[in-house]
Amino acid sequence: MSAPTTYRQPVSRLWWLKKRTYLMFVLRELSSIFVAWFAVFLMIMIFAIGRGEESYRNFMNWAGSPVVIVINVVALAFSILHTVTWFALTPQAMVVRGPGSKQVPAKKEVTVAGRRMTAATVVRVGGRMPSGLVIASQYVGLAVVSAFIVWLVLQ
Amino acid sequence: MADSIQMRVTRYDPDQDSAPTVATYDVPLRKDWAILDGLNYIKDHVDTSLSYRWSCRMGICGSCGMNVEGQPKLTCATFLTDYAPGPVRVEPLSNFPIVRDLVVDIDDFMEKLPRVKPWIIRDDDVTVIDGEYLQTPTELEEYKQFSNCINCMLCYAACPIYGLEPDFIGPAAIALAERYDLDTRDAGQRERLDVLIEREGVWGCTFVGECTRVCPKHVDPAGAIQRYKLKAAQENVMAFLLPRAAR
Repeated sequence: MSAPTTYRQPVSRLWWLKKRTYLMFVLRELSSIFVAWFAVFLMIMIFAIGRGEESYRNFMNWAGSPVVIVINVVALAFSILHTVTWFALTPQAMVVRGPGSKQVPAKKEVTVAGRRMTAATVVRVGGRMPSGLVIASQYVGLAVVSAFIVWLVLQ
Repeated sequence: MADSIQMRVTRYDPDQDSAPTVATYDVPLRKDWAILDGLNYIKDHVDTSLSYRWSCRMGICGSCGMNVEGQPKLTCATFLTDYAPGPVRVEPLSNFPIVRDLVVDIDDFMEKLPRVKPWIIRDDDVTVIDGEYLQTPTELEEYKQFSNCINCMLCYAACPIYGLEPDFIGPAAIALAERYDLDTRDAGQRERLDVLIEREGVWGCTFVGECTRVCPKHVDPAGAIQRYKLKAAQENVMAFLLPRAAR
């Protein structure tokens, strides 16, 4: 008896439009382009400042043009999306342990003289910080860094 | 409430069809009936040739996963009334080849799962006479969530990466690797990392997160994969910075 022929289900090129969650994922991934744009924009500005007042004025005229403003507004929207979505995902990707955690004995594989063997080690367990706290601490960090930059610029 | 609902079910006969077709059936709409009860009704009363997998009917065997209205679901735990007035579309799990009707070929997953060695690894085997490996509730809590996986493969059906890159080892396999890595009795982290540090391992994942959303057992494979990436990245940095003996 020959093996049955299976039907391979094709993946549509527009798979990312099939679910709202897929679309949000693709938008989140796209947002990195706009974050990179802001980095480039900032560098152009710094170079312009470095080259003197005339150059800086030219930069400001360019930055004030409608096209650049539209690009920056879109980039700002994507940057906010980037920040909010990645901050929200952090507690899922990272275990942050608080004061309730403790070290316990565990096993670890090591290579001794070319031979793999089990050795005693310790790992930290328990005391996982609640997701809300991890997310909130990131916003606090963002606020502190932003405040420092504002202070630096206004000096 | 209407007394019947229309089910639109994928049919595929490998001996006759070149592509799947859709058949429509009217089944009684009862408050306590799951999608699976509807399929059983079709098989018992309408068309005995309908093929699908099921076993326990209580969300623990992981056999009856199908796409219901495009969402991967355990059909025993998904009620018909939630889709009233219908019709409700029932398809085989996406991303897997269809064998017949609603039955998919799961060989790929069965081959991938043992690659991550989802069992306790250690070389100082303690016999029953020596006693058992003891563990505190806090230590159990570290991995308990990941041990709830029932291998239903809904996460593979939800994962667009697995659909596009079938070599990706996939959400459930990595979640189970994490389950054993986090077990204080286990010493096999390095062996698993050797498998998962590859491109088809954790780096295939782009954190879509849909695996976690569809998981009927709240395992959070997406979280497990990202935590594994952190481990793999740390390993790479260590390998770069430290001499071999110190690792």
